[in-house]
Amino acid sequence: MHAKIAFSPHAHAKIKSIDTSRAWRIPGVKAVITGAYYPVLTGSPLADRPPIAMDKVRYYGEPVALVVAEEEYIAEMAALQIQVDYEVLPVVLSPSEALQTGAPLIHEHLAAYEISEQAYPEPGTNIANRTRIRKGNMEEGWRNSEHIVTVQVRLPQSDHAAMEVRCSIAEILPGGKVNIHSASQSPYVIQKDISRYFHIPLHEVTVHTPLVGGSYGGKSAVQLEYLAYLASLAVGGRAVKLVNSRELDMVSSPVHIGLESTIKLGCTREGKIMAAEILHLFDGGAYSDRGAIMSRAGATDCTGPYRIDNVQCDSLCMYTNHPYSTSFRGFGHPELTFAMERAMDRMADRLNMDPLVLRYMNAIGPGDTTPTQTLLNRSNIGDLRTCITKLKTLIDWNDRPRAEINGHLIKATGICCFWKNSNTPTNAGAGAMIKFNPDGSIHLLCGAVEIGQGTRTALTQILAERFRMDDRKIQIRMDIETDKDPELWKTVASRSTFLVGNAILQAAEDAIMQLKNMASIVLQCPPADLDVGGGRVFRKTRPELGVAIEQIANGYTFPNGNTIGSQVIGRGSYTMRNITLLDPITGRGNTGPEWTVGAQAVEVELNTRDYTYRIVKAATVIDAGRVINPGFARAQVTGGMSMGLSLASREAFRFNPNGAILNRQFRTYKLIRYGEQPEYFVDFVETPHLEAPYGLRGIGEHGLIGMSAALANSLSAAAGVELNQLPLTPEMIWRTMHDSV
Amino acid sequence: MSSFDADHYRVELQVNGEQQTVRVRAAETLLYTLRDHLGLTGCKPGCNNGDCGACTILVDGQPMKSCLMLTVEAWGKQITTIEGLAGSAVQRAFAQNQAFQCGYCTPGFIMNCEGLRHVHPQADEETVRIWLESNICRCTSYEEIHRAVKDVFAINTDLNRNLNTDK
Amino acid sequence: MIPFDFEYFHPSTVQMAVDLFQNLQRQGKRPMYYAGGTEIITFARVNSIQPGAVIDLKSIPECNVLAMQKDILVIGACVTLSALSEADPFPLLSAAAQGVADQTSRNKITLGGNISGKIHYREAVLPLLLANSRMVIAGTQGIRVTSIHKVFNQQMRLTSGEFLVQVLIDRDDVSLPFAYFKKREIGHVGYPLVTVAALRKNDEMRTAFSGVCAFPFRSAAIEQVLNDSSLPITARIERATGKLPASLLDNVEGSAAYREFVLKQTMADAVHRLERR
Repeated sequence: MHAKIAFSPHAHAKIKSIDTSRAWRIPGVKAVITGAYYPVLTGSPLADRPPIAMDKVRYYGEPVALVVAEEEYIAEMAALQIQVDYEVLPVVLSPSEALQTGAPLIHEHLAAYEISEQAYPEPGTNIANRTRIRKGNMEEGWRNSEHIVTVQVRLPQSDHAAMEVRCSIAEILPGGKVNIHSASQSPYVIQKDISRYFHIPLHEVTVHTPLVGGSYGGKSAVQLEYLAYLASLAVGGRAVKLVNSRELDMVSSPVHIGLESTIKLGCTREGKIMAAEILHLFDGGAYSDRGAIMSRAGATDCTGPYRIDNVQCDSLCMYTNHPYSTSFRGFGHPELTFAMERAMDRMADRLNMDPLVLRYMNAIGPGDTTPTQTLLNRSNIGDLRTCITKLKTLIDWNDRPRAEINGHLIKATGICCFWKNSNTPTNAGAGAMIKFNPDGSIHLLCGAVEIGQGTRTALTQILAERFRMDDRKIQIRMDIETDKDPELWKTVASRSTFLVGNAILQAAEDAIMQLKNMASIVLQCPPADLDVGGGRVFRKTRPELGVAIEQIANGYTFPNGNTIGSQVIGRGSYTMRNITLLDPITGRGNTGPEWTVGAQAVEVELNTRDYTYRIVKAATVIDAGRVINPGFARAQVTGGMSMGLSLASREAFRFNPNGAILNRQFRTYKLIRYGEQPEYFVDFVETPHLEAPYGLRGIGEHGLIGMSAALANSLSAAAGVELNQLPLTPEMIWRTMHDSV
Repeated sequence: MSSFDADHYRVELQVNGEQQTVRVRAAETLLYTLRDHLGLTGCKPGCNNGDCGACTILVDGQPMKSCLMLTVEAWGKQITTIEGLAGSAVQRAFAQNQAFQCGYCTPGFIMNCEGLRHVHPQADEETVRIWLESNICRCTSYEEIHRAVKDVFAINTDLNRNLNTDK
Repeated sequence: MIPFDFEYFHPSTVQMAVDLFQNLQRQGKRPMYYAGGTEIITFARVNSIQPGAVIDLKSIPECNVLAMQKDILVIGACVTLSALSEADPFPLLSAAAQGVADQTSRNKITLGGNISGKIHYREAVLPLLLANSRMVIAGTQGIRVTSIHKVFNQQMRLTSGEFLVQVLIDRDDVSLPFAYFKKREIGHVGYPLVTVAALRKNDEMRTAFSGVCAFPFRSAAIEQVLNDSSLPITARIERATGKLPASLLDNVEGSAAYREFVLKQTMADAVHRLERR
């Protein structure tokens, strides 16, 4: 069967009544349900969202009813017949509006919401979470500052726009077992949440996730799965499929967070940054979801990769009557980086200093501390200065003027630096299992979802490297089944290779021990004298003496038939270490195992007649720790850069004054297309992270992080005005020019 | 085509060289029919609105967005989906150049390139751009797709030099 | 997914199509003529239109003609935009066709469909307005041929049951000097912010616009001003902008104020391009 969503045409309204009778009258309709069918509040860290609106709607596109029918078009037809009587309420359309005293309250019962991770909502306001950073002494910082600049930036909400829309199938078997199929980054979270909210024993929920058609964070939230489950429940457990239309995928399902930020920087005459005071107002939309945690990331890494001893930051996740937000590639970092890097360029201007030199001079490194007062070393911070130096060469920074004028065309380059740590729960972890087949080949089982990032290939390579074997003899499925595959928290935050990779290495050790023990009997020597590689276990001192793995993988059979040992199955698991909660007053704590740092540049050619521009070049130098697969690594970085340039140059939801979204299709919500790509330059620095498999660092999100800042810096240099708002459309540049005269 | 009942139509299609008969609603798009009646899930619904190109197939050799065509319109036409290609040069070029990540848009890109190869075997850079603008890829930077296309069409010029000149 | 049913017909003659329409209309089926169908499909899937029947015109031979007949270029309403630009019988029309949607969609979008649609822009009509083309229209009274200016005013104004069969353009008009500029919010694909089509005949410049107002138009008043060589270009453009037939469009592609800025610049580009020749 098929389910379809009836959605709210209002951004903020009381639901006075819902009339489903017209929908019911359509032949083929099997169920129509509303929020009253199963009242529950979902979400993490704050349980603030009903899967189907109850009592009121808080954003345009919010589900108000669900129709189930035998045929998809019938369900759609019936969903159009749901009649809701609304009482329209005043709307809050920006985070700064939401903060004003007297702003309409979006959640009246904020105090009553269950909190499952660290978050500090402020009941009676529209603040879903506030994170405070208090480091050093601000008075001293300002006292030692010769120059002070203040910059305000604004980034609108936008969309993940994965080419595959979100989709889920649920069925409830007669015995009570629940099967969910979902294109998701979080199959194990779906399992837990379905169990938690619908009171089903955890082991009776199985989630199947296929190869996912792109996600970029957007498919880490649990949303359609609840609806599909409720739809199935409403038709006696039959399998029900729910597929978003593109329009609903853009506005009803969660989106990319927005930000309004004010940043004040102080520095000495020589350019050493002494103080930073930052206020981030994240536009989390109608429900907090991971927006609450993204706003925390906006605080914990608020300074960007610079050493600043005196820092004050308040980062707020604000409720607004916009669509609700969830994880987006970069997780709060593209946003904070835009604010910080615009301020850095402003400061360089003020000092009349080379912006690259200013960044190099303040680059954070071993011995420095972060805003959360974590002490840095080479392993956890990497080497930003080498990234900057390499970038300088890569883009011929010194050999060219800042702006080259050719008639009405001006070429200019903008640069930026970034860093990112993960803000996972303190106990995020992963497991892995390796099963040997009788021919010595391996089945690798793990919970990392393949979303196009190549994780499963990289994990296979890590295992092959450990066994020094041909990776074609390792089999890994492209799908996940939560009842078979060891758990991974979520496939997010560029953490999969780290968490699962560590689990795999441990599983490999486990299997190697088993193989050596068995081989030691066959070869009649202590296990410690043996090594594994090339499909054999052999004596370290006399490698020609050994036994093929296929002879011992399922136990070893002596010529007389006597068999010793049994199938080799390696198991391993890994959980984040030394991650702590943050002190609520100062923000002191440790948010993740390591930072990935990097430096980026964008060269543009601006047409000063009409403010159209061409992105000529884009460059990234990133400290990857260790590059596992050079092809994939480059593709991840350039893919991120492309998405970042698309976001920076054109992506934004446009709202009407009532909060309805006007661009819900790719015709009007534009994405970068073939032929617009600049020339890409990517280079790597390799400073190993000692906790990670082979020293690698996360790189899946990072290409995106600085693109908005670098593009804005390049266009600001070319246009000669401060461009502090996204998206950087020609109209935005025109308007800024126009307003500045 | 004969009318089956008030709302359903029997349509004969040639799909990947095979004769197929389907019973469809007049309002049904070819994309839906190919996927849900014929199990050819290689054509991907990305927007159902003609904006993304993920559902591109060939109709009588020309790229067509299967979400923008009613099945009843396709009566008697030769339809080729990605399942109908076997080891084509375009597919090979995409694979060799890693011109995909999640792979969702890839069949559409490949079918469009395949159509271009038939219509304009000697397509130049500008023609390639005009054609491939019809498809959206969200994962790659298009650099990899450009490399794949260069292999197929033996284009030697640097993409950047020729782009954006129509501003 | 179109959330309702309709009937589908594909008549093979003009007369059959007209008769079908009448019959279906009488039965209360709200029939629509269907050419490329892209707009009908995309509007129907979001429930903006609910035809009870569609009459596909693509099997009618007259609707598929693309030929120079004596001194007249005949273009059938069902000729696709990509076929038009590929054959290139009228370069200004090719340019306009090439700007609509994207290449793959243009394999489906037809000239007649683009002109007769409801979306604001309908840029394929601009060259036809400039070439003073004639339109062959079928209806219950048979076939009539009329000036485009009589039937196209902001949109096609046909009586119920009529449809566009062909467009006729004089051979003399297809190779006149022209300029065509389509400016978008950003990128190479999408609706226009401003589209200016211009054509020069007998030392007079003709101009037509899309994206500027909520409909495509050609304006005698604007042409009169733009052709007034006694005035400097900037003054002509300033005056022309004051003579728009309706308020400037203000939507997600761009604000009215920005459109005005782009319009002035684009008009200037068009004038420069054509006056230089």
